[in-house]
Amino acid sequence: MADTAVHADEHVDHGGHYSSTGLSNNKLAMWMFLGSECLLFGGLISTYMLYRGRHSENLGPDQVWDIPFTSASSFVLLMSSLTMVLAVSSAVRDDDRNTKVWLSVTALLGALFVAGQVYEFTTFYREGLGFTTSLFSSSFYTLTGFHGVHVSVGIIMLMSLVGMISKNKVVGDKKETVELFGLYWHFVDVVWILIFTLVYLIPA
Amino acid sequence: MSTVTEQHDTHGDEHADHGLTDLGYIKIAIFLAVVTAVEVVFSYTQDQLGAAFLPGLLILMAVKFFMVLLYFMHLKFDSKLFSLMFYIGLVLAVGCYAVFLATLHFFQS
Repeated sequence: MADTAVHADEHVDHGGHYSSTGLSNNKLAMWMFLGSECLLFGGLISTYMLYRGRHSENLGPDQVWDIPFTSASSFVLLMSSLTMVLAVSSAVRDDDRNTKVWLSVTALLGALFVAGQVYEFTTFYREGLGFTTSLFSSSFYTLTGFHGVHVSVGIIMLMSLVGMISKNKVVGDKKETVELFGLYWHFVDVVWILIFTLVYLIPA
Repeated sequence: MSTVTEQHDTHGDEHADHGLTDLGYIKIAIFLAVVTAVEVVFSYTQDQLGAAFLPGLLILMAVKFFMVLLYFMHLKFDSKLFSLMFYIGLVLAVGCYAVFLATLHFFQS
């Protein structure tokens, strides 16, 4: 108990908000938010699974998927998780320069992933697979589109964080702020791990 | 404190106060990339794999999922309360949507 009190006192110096358990309220809130996000993406994935067979004969998953391309996109997002964790690691060492470099690389890889998704959507559309073409296409675009929006929001957050670190305008504990952004980014990667297998690799 | 330090000394890839070393993270990323490659190979060899295809793919997906969660997101090293917050959402989602899919006869098709 005394140990907890000491921890709580230590954390006050960093400017963060900590509960009586010595745990960060911000971090606890972020994990609760990510837990609630499981319900959002669970709903979207389930709806896709239910409707993936509802399409016309020539415009189903087996006809439109480009597995090598999507695998490359998945690899890019996976590597962005590595660069994100290296940014957190640099922040823990108070190495602002490397933190900014790794955060920028993460944002760049994220942007590459989103660009790949835009290319994929455009290709599908040109092949005749619009949003309202079938229940399969609606559920597919909704699921992957929601994920793409999450990645895009993450990129904006990462670039904002780089700017804030550069101008020394991060409020509170800088390490924790980078870690919270990292948690969000890794969650986006975790969701893609599920989407890649359940949507792209398992045949309809 | 000394106990904690000694504990970490025994694990080469573990950082002194938070998670792994940078090299440890790179090793995990390589492992995840290899697993992804194996998944892709699985998808091209589903006829040869037969009944092992779907369970194999789902196991590989779960391995990747928990590796990112435990190591990149530090759940392995952080307070159990953080794990609880996330797993409540995850279990609720899996349970709720499994019932949803079962109700609509998804698993019978």
